[in-house]
Amino acid sequence: MKDRFNRPVVVVTGMGMVTSLGRGKADNWAALTAGRSGIRRISRFAVEGLKTTIAGTVDFVPAEPFCAAQLSENFARLAAEEAIGEAAIGMKGDFPGPLFVAVPPVEMEWPQRVDLARASGAGSEVTYTDLLRAAGTGHFKPWHDLFLFGTVADRLADDFGTKGSPISLSTACSSGATAIQLGVEAIRRGETEAALCIGTDGSVQAEALIRFSLLSALSTQNDPPEGASKPFSKNRDGFVMGEGAAALVLESYASAKARGARILGILSGCGEKGDGFHRTRTSPDGMPAIRAMRDAIADAGLTPDDIDYVNAHGTSTPENDKMECLGCMTVMGERMRSVPISSNKSMIGHTLTAAGAVEAVISLMTLANQRIPPTINHHLPDPAIPLDVVPNAARDARVRHVMSNSFGFGGQNTVLLLSGEVPA
Amino acid sequence: MSGRDVVITGVGLVSSLGEGLEAHGAALADAGHVHVDATTYAPYAVHPATALELDRQIPKKLDQKQMEPWQRLGTYAAGLALEMAGLKGGKDLLGETQLIVAAGGGERDYAVDSQILSQMPGAEKPEVLLNEKLMSELRPTLFLAQLSNLLAGNISIVHGVTGASRTFMGEEQCGVDAFRIAFERIRAGQGDRFLVGGSYNAERADSLLIFAMGGFLRRAGYRPVDARDDDPGFILGSGGAFLMLEAREAAEARGATILARLDSVAAMRTRRKPGAVQAALGKALQNASASSGGSPLVISGATGVAGLTAEELAAIGSALPGAPVRIAGNRVGHVLEAHFPVSLALAVAALRQGAVYPPTPGSAVEAPYAGAPDCVIITSVGHMRGEGLAVVAAEQGAA
Repeated sequence: MKDRFNRPVVVVTGMGMVTSLGRGKADNWAALTAGRSGIRRISRFAVEGLKTTIAGTVDFVPAEPFCAAQLSENFARLAAEEAIGEAAIGMKGDFPGPLFVAVPPVEMEWPQRVDLARASGAGSEVTYTDLLRAAGTGHFKPWHDLFLFGTVADRLADDFGTKGSPISLSTACSSGATAIQLGVEAIRRGETEAALCIGTDGSVQAEALIRFSLLSALSTQNDPPEGASKPFSKNRDGFVMGEGAAALVLESYASAKARGARILGILSGCGEKGDGFHRTRTSPDGMPAIRAMRDAIADAGLTPDDIDYVNAHGTSTPENDKMECLGCMTVMGERMRSVPISSNKSMIGHTLTAAGAVEAVISLMTLANQRIPPTINHHLPDPAIPLDVVPNAARDARVRHVMSNSFGFGGQNTVLLLSGEVPA
Repeated sequence: MSGRDVVITGVGLVSSLGEGLEAHGAALADAGHVHVDATTYAPYAVHPATALELDRQIPKKLDQKQMEPWQRLGTYAAGLALEMAGLKGGKDLLGETQLIVAAGGGERDYAVDSQILSQMPGAEKPEVLLNEKLMSELRPTLFLAQLSNLLAGNISIVHGVTGASRTFMGEEQCGVDAFRIAFERIRAGQGDRFLVGGSYNAERADSLLIFAMGGFLRRAGYRPVDARDDDPGFILGSGGAFLMLEAREAAEARGATILARLDSVAAMRTRRKPGAVQAALGKALQNASASSGGSPLVISGATGVAGLTAEELAAIGSALPGAPVRIAGNRVGHVLEAHFPVSLALAVAALRQGAVYPPTPGSAVEAPYAGAPDCVIITSVGHMRGEGLAVVAAEQGAA
């Protein structure tokens, strides 16, 4: 089946996810629709001296050594196993298509630096010359591969037997959506019948948190932890870091039908637009985000009136939520006041590199269940945001088309359109 | 496979040899010209970047200040490419131009790291000391100089390339992936105009560190890549390269000068075991030479890593006997994520010169060649994973 632009229709036949709310789609969906929060006090490192002491950490997945690179790999593997299992595609360890994986740009961490410093035998003044000397001993060889940017993708490609050169990517907080977009494009141009698209992030560690904190991006309302992330509220004061992963098996409609696969939803459109205004802030007129939304809607062959629900980027930062509201209002007009829009981040925090993929899976579950997860912690509405944010409680609704927004540092704006059935 | 023609209309290149295609042509013609710093990071050598007059491509001091060297190299090279393509300042076209960037990441603040590492052993609560030091000493904007996708972000800000941007990561192979995806998208009509490339700063102790841990860095000073049996490994090089790729009709519609054609890009992943790279690359080279015809020059991305370099050169030798071979790393070092982009830029330079530059003294595989190549086959073999290949062909009457 082709879409109205004569391209192969791209469908989803498998999905998997892990977040601070639990492992697997079913547990996550139950928690999300119950309005439960996965944000908690950070226990994996000392928080003394920090302004933010909470996060949506995934504390039930072991990693050895315990570092962001290994955690991210492990989350991705869990999500991919669930997705491929559901799709029942290919043979075990032989996925019939390429891998696109959004991975956090993480590096060697403090425990490793400390070990190198110790091994160097340096006295009271440790320099990088000392670290280099220790590195050259050959005693730290496994850390080389562990901390290369391409390693997570390579190991996943080995495990799942994906085809071709796996692509690791980062478009900051829209990375997960970009991974899906790359898969959609590959299927549309006939390069493959299937693709495995993953977004993963396990980077809640002290330095990463401090870096966001120094940019004043994080909420400091630590008590109670589950109340901190309050997208679209008047008293929102920043995002809460979250962890997790989501994986999607994308397939051409023709391939899915031919093998009798269950179609979970349609990846009907993608839009993206760069922004050259500022490294962390968006253009004041919101035009790049608006363009990305319009392009995604047009790419799906739809009009703004077709959108039944917006899965918001909704970070809970003062700027994002205001700009996202402006963008949606501009694209949808007055109708936007009654189009439900909610932020999963109110419950799972901002899963950063994984967010676009995690929220795409939640959007597809919204379509499947005809039920919208709420924006929790919405007790003090922002008069500047006159939207139906599905406050505090899930709601049944007729949902045919969902727009899922992802925006990131560095001028990244990516929007996905997900549909329950093929747009006519 | 059929599809639209992909042409190259601009090239920006910065390396230890200089900036721009002309400078590289001249430097490469001088066979013994290699720029190496063997002392700063001894026993490891690096090929340091040429000094840049940043104002020429990054006019605002504030922008320069917000970047670390790897981002400056890349943003500068991107500016050179836009200039050559005649797109510099062309707001409307740049607003629809897409970016695909091959990037690693961040530079550390050595002073802060040293301070913390020095004080932690004696601290009563090392973790708390770490928090306090990072909170008080880290420059907030350093984060932005570290994030992988912020090279693309800076190119958007400085040059106004804002169609969309995607950053690929993963050492050597992400450079290959970046070009393959741009190439396929243009061919399939998924975009008309892409600025593709990457940059890398080798002059960083923290960057050397990771490869030193893996035992991949040569310690015995400079020798050509194919003459390193005494101490195999790579010598990192600083540099950056961006190429403007366009659908032929899009380039012609705006009256652009076509520098060369990009005829194919292949990205592969072999399960590494002895002989695997040679077999996979050999097959890809045979396909490429069968479809390219003519008289190719091969620009090899060989790193100097034991085994892999021999396999790559053997594959080239048997698939393309008699074809002249030049190893990019012999002259500019190993530019990691940017190595494939830099090699593609050197390919365009060679086609424009209409001649193959002289061999590097001491290289056995590079031999003098008097003919004029009509295409260049570029190879890449990542030091841990990933293999790639591209074919750049001369555009008739355009050299």
